[in-house]
Amino acid sequence: MTTTSAKDTAATAAALALGDDALVLSHRLGEWAGHAPVLEEEVALANIALDLLGQARVLLSMAGDEDELAFLREERAFRNLQLVEQPNGDFAHTIARQLFFSAHQYLLYGELASGDGPFAPLAGKAVKETAYHRDHAEQWTLRLGDGTDESHARMQRAVDALWRYTGEMFQPVEGVDVDWTGLETAWLEWTGEVLRRATLTVPEGPRTGAWTAGAGRQGLHTEPFGRMLAEMQHLHRSHPGATW
Amino acid sequence: MATAAARDTAGSRAFDARADADDTADHERAFDAAVAADERIEPRDWMPDAYRATLVRQIAQHAHSEIIGMQPEANWITRAPSLRRKAILMAKVQDEAGHGLYLYSAAETLGTSREELLDKLHTGRQKYSSIFNYPTLTWADVGAIGWLVDGAAITNQVPLCRCSYGPYARAMVRVCKEESFHQRQGYELLLALSKGTPEQHAMAQDAVDRWWWPSLMMFGPPDDESPHSAQSMAWKIKRHSNDELRQRFVDICVPQAASLGLTLPDPDLKWNEERGHHDFGPIDWAEFWDVLKGNGPCNEERLSRRRRAHEEGAWVREAAAAHAARQTNGETGATRA
Amino acid sequence: MTHTDWPLWEVFVRSRRGLSHTHAGSLHAPDAELALRNARDLYTRRGEGVSIWVVPSSAITASSPDEKDPFFEPSADKPYRHPTFYEIPEGVQHL
Repeated sequence: MTTTSAKDTAATAAALALGDDALVLSHRLGEWAGHAPVLEEEVALANIALDLLGQARVLLSMAGDEDELAFLREERAFRNLQLVEQPNGDFAHTIARQLFFSAHQYLLYGELASGDGPFAPLAGKAVKETAYHRDHAEQWTLRLGDGTDESHARMQRAVDALWRYTGEMFQPVEGVDVDWTGLETAWLEWTGEVLRRATLTVPEGPRTGAWTAGAGRQGLHTEPFGRMLAEMQHLHRSHPGATW
Repeated sequence: MATAAARDTAGSRAFDARADADDTADHERAFDAAVAADERIEPRDWMPDAYRATLVRQIAQHAHSEIIGMQPEANWITRAPSLRRKAILMAKVQDEAGHGLYLYSAAETLGTSREELLDKLHTGRQKYSSIFNYPTLTWADVGAIGWLVDGAAITNQVPLCRCSYGPYARAMVRVCKEESFHQRQGYELLLALSKGTPEQHAMAQDAVDRWWWPSLMMFGPPDDESPHSAQSMAWKIKRHSNDELRQRFVDICVPQAASLGLTLPDPDLKWNEERGHHDFGPIDWAEFWDVLKGNGPCNEERLSRRRRAHEEGAWVREAAAAHAARQTNGETGATRA
Repeated sequence: MTHTDWPLWEVFVRSRRGLSHTHAGSLHAPDAELALRNARDLYTRRGEGVSIWVVPSSAITASSPDEKDPFFEPSADKPYRHPTFYEIPEGVQHL
């Protein structure tokens, strides 16, 4: 009895962590609407955002009511990685964030899909979506890294800036039964290879922040996240109990 | 829609210049006969210069409207009050980008380029629908745009699926098919608000009050003041007059508003048994012309935002072009610097 | 400054197995790989396809409308190419 409920609690917490990742990144990508560098990319970014939002809705619904969870939780109750909440920056920053996160998500969902845990059905569908997201990010990393001097410099800057948020992706999440060390090794190998092919330098700096209190998975976020939530939640919170 | 076969229109025009008057007359007779027989004109067919120019102007304006039209709705993506609504709105704004793309492609079959058309938009030499110069002030505006603005657009667009120019007609078939959910989601959104809390109901009514008249203006000036209408109808680019379509739209909306539990802001609106149509009050054409001239609430904002997105994306487009050129030449990154 | 007007590509989509690829429209892309991906995003976002071709628009050679008569009219007077040209006695089956 106790074991079952502890397992349920862990599964709920895990659904929140993975669901928040998808929700927050989808929101950030949604901010691009109307601003993309070329029309074709408007359509591509929206496709990725919609895939992620679909994943978020399934995952949050495993943990409770999707809208209550999305719109009525305080910042400290969100469990997403700090990486996904980072502002869009220029297109290079968005692509670097996509590269790092989608490579991680692809590996994670791949493992979950082949297991028999509660996330296997979702992961089976999501891993195909994520494969495309990863491919999109890879294609653009190659073009921006090995494009013009300006694009190379911007892409290197973005990779360097976001590198320190990448360690958190492999911090074990209770209720997600995968080989985290194996994921990290595979991630470093694949990402490093893409960066090298894009004529970029793999950063040497630390992959986590120095704060021992933790990061996103512990509910500790970065400053821009509070403003993002304020915008996202404002309307819903202004009409308590309303249906939309 | 667009076909590569079409791209050498410049060449065919050079040919026209060489052709003698008899040839031109032959061509013109063949063109007129094709239009009269309800056949489609295709990109490489001979067509009068004025027909070509009219189409470029109209298709470009239509494409620009899709692209600028993303802004007022994208304004609410980050604040959508439920995840379901957020997904719907993102998909809708994405569709508008797609529709812009279809339409730019159709225009390109006439011998212009997207770059040229965007440049004309950015420098104010080509227009977009004035409706997008109105602001989206509340969430209910997203619903009002779906119901009224998309509703008016669909009323305008359905006849364009039979337009005499093949690529435009085919683009419109695709657009209309995809857009069928746009109007319904707007109506459903407003219905939820109308049946919701008193605050939500008031929000919905306020949005309908603000969007009703501008939506009626979307059909363009009255027939007797519409400069291009007669020729466009003769060429079967346009199939119905502005006033005819406007009346059709009003007749459709009145019962829909009643089902919503919302009122349309026109005290003169009433059924006319004799005409078999609704009478409606006078439209403020002074406002229409003023917004068209650039004096609307958001003209400056919409255009400068579009320009900024284009300028800020330049380095990305350049990078991809440079990368592609180097791949073709078999060079590597070492040659970049 | 680099010229950045990406080339135009024609997109052909196979809507399901058993059908041929049909012209769906066109788009701009810097190279074939991105053209393919853009085509996927733009022309199959409602599940319209199972396979895509992209072709540089400049690679297409088309017949000209001025050659319409010499190209297409000669085939109009060969009715013996169509099965309805032949008279078969009533009752003969599987033919």
